[in-house]
Amino acid sequence: MKSAPDETTLVPSAHPMIPALYRVRRTRRETYDTFTVELDPPHGSRGFAFAPGQLNMLYAFGVGEIPISISGSPERPKPLIHTIRNVGAVSRALSLLKHGDVVGVRGPFGSSWPVEEGVGRDVVIVAGGIGLAPLRPALYAILARRKDFQRVSLLYGARTPEDLLYVKELEHWRGRLDLSVLVTVDRAMGDWRGAVGVVTTLIPRSAFDPSTALAMVCGPEIMMRFTILELQKRGLENDQIYISMERNMKCAVGFCGHCQLGPTFVCKDGPVFRYDRIRQFSELREV
Amino acid sequence: METLKGILAEHNFFKGLEDRYLDLLVGCASNVRVDAGEFFFRQGEEANQFYLIRHGLVSVEMFATGRGAITVQTVGEGDVLGWSWLIPPYRWMFDARATQLTRAFALDGKCLRDKFAKDHDLGYELLNRFVPIIEQRLNATRLQLLNCYEVSA
Ligand SMILES: Cc1cc2nc3c(=O)[nH]c(=O)nc-3n(C[C@H](O)[C@H](O)[C@H](O)COP(=O)(O)OP(=O)(O)OC[C@H]3O[C@@H](n4cnc5c(N)ncnc54)[C@H](O)[C@@H]3O)c2cc1C
Ligand code: FES
Repeated sequence: MKSAPDETTLVPSAHPMIPALYRVRRTRRETYDTFTVELDPPHGSRGFAFAPGQLNMLYAFGVGEIPISISGSPERPKPLIHTIRNVGAVSRALSLLKHGDVVGVRGPFGSSWPVEEGVGRDVVIVAGGIGLAPLRPALYAILARRKDFQRVSLLYGARTPEDLLYVKELEHWRGRLDLSVLVTVDRAMGDWRGAVGVVTTLIPRSAFDPSTALAMVCGPEIMMRFTILELQKRGLENDQIYISMERNMKCAVGFCGHCQLGPTFVCKDGPVFRYDRIRQFSELREV
Repeated sequence: METLKGILAEHNFFKGLEDRYLDLLVGCASNVRVDAGEFFFRQGEEANQFYLIRHGLVSVEMFATGRGAITVQTVGEGDVLGWSWLIPPYRWMFDARATQLTRAFALDGKCLRDKFAKDHDLGYELLNRFVPIIEQRLNATRLQLLNCYEVSA
């Protein structure tokens, strides 16, 4: 776990297994099945600092607890922001929360995107579907000190235009001269004016120096597998590529072994891994 | 001033092609400009050329009654558009519509087919360049079919 800056560090609970009680400030619908929730820390607490890519265990009382990446800015940890896709029991329960409702929060857990390592280099962020949520804090962190990086690109793919997250923010990012934003969808009809095709088709079009660029990739494993192939075709080595792995989690602190991947625990050693370090254990090994 | 041959030689698609072949290709190439909303080609028409897109965006579409035009793919700057000119019966399978003002080089496929028949080495060189594009598009299509942004895909 990456240590958090001191001035904002406040541990959400004294014990990593005991959730702190956060209150819903508001929820915002991103797409038909995905929403963003803003959570306020317990009364009097300033919340906790986190590093881009880290996750929290969110507990919907009476239903269950699930790992969800933090999707807000590490510069502004309060309110705590998560973007959640409604796929099953717990995520559905979280989607029904209203202003003032209470959610249990444990975290932050796990490793983070290597923002510091990108300093002085081109950075390519490749996101598929909900994978943009865990990457957004990395992009915020980069934009907060934009001068420290060379070219920065965001390549984002979703199923349809209706599945795109953070549409307003994407528009704003596209307007920046110091950020290249390429968005593509698998299927489009009517008034979509952008690219159609999977996110891997954006990689040959993106401007970066393959000998030094740093890539951060997040999405379902199939999407990451083909993205890695395309990045390799462009000349990136495995140690220039970082991915975020998903495994079912229970404790999130390396006790239960639920999230084991080879000799590593995704909750503790991941979810963000340098690809050469995880390649042989992940389902991406055939790349 | 940049010559057509120079521009073709610089294009990724033709990189490394022998000079004598570039001379042949220049003889089959022309500049085209297609305004937003206009078509490069329509489904069912004879496929007698392919395009190297210089600027703009082209939407490859299929028309379905009751659903209208469905975009299956877009091609943009630096991309190659069209390979039906290589495969009998040389008919376009899709519509290709410029979604913005698009400039491209058109290469005359009929003229190239005649040249391939006489010079198999040239045919081999060009097929070597087309096959990876076809493979890439096939992979992309498979990923689209797999719904690759779904976790359960
Ligand atoms: C490190 C990490 C970070 C994550 N970050 C986020 C995030 O930022 N936002 C987010 O929405 N989700 C995120 N997830 C996924 C999230 O944890 C799961 O969607 C959640 O556990 C599903 O629980 P559920 O009770 O809602 O659904 P369940 O009832 O457990 O499952 C319902 C259905 O969803 C499918 N499913 C199972 N796991 C997943 C999954 N990982 N994603 C999608 N469908 C799944 C199941 O196959 C089943 O069909 C993350 C997971 C990990 C491990
Ligand atoms: S979730 Fe228990 S060890 Fe990782």
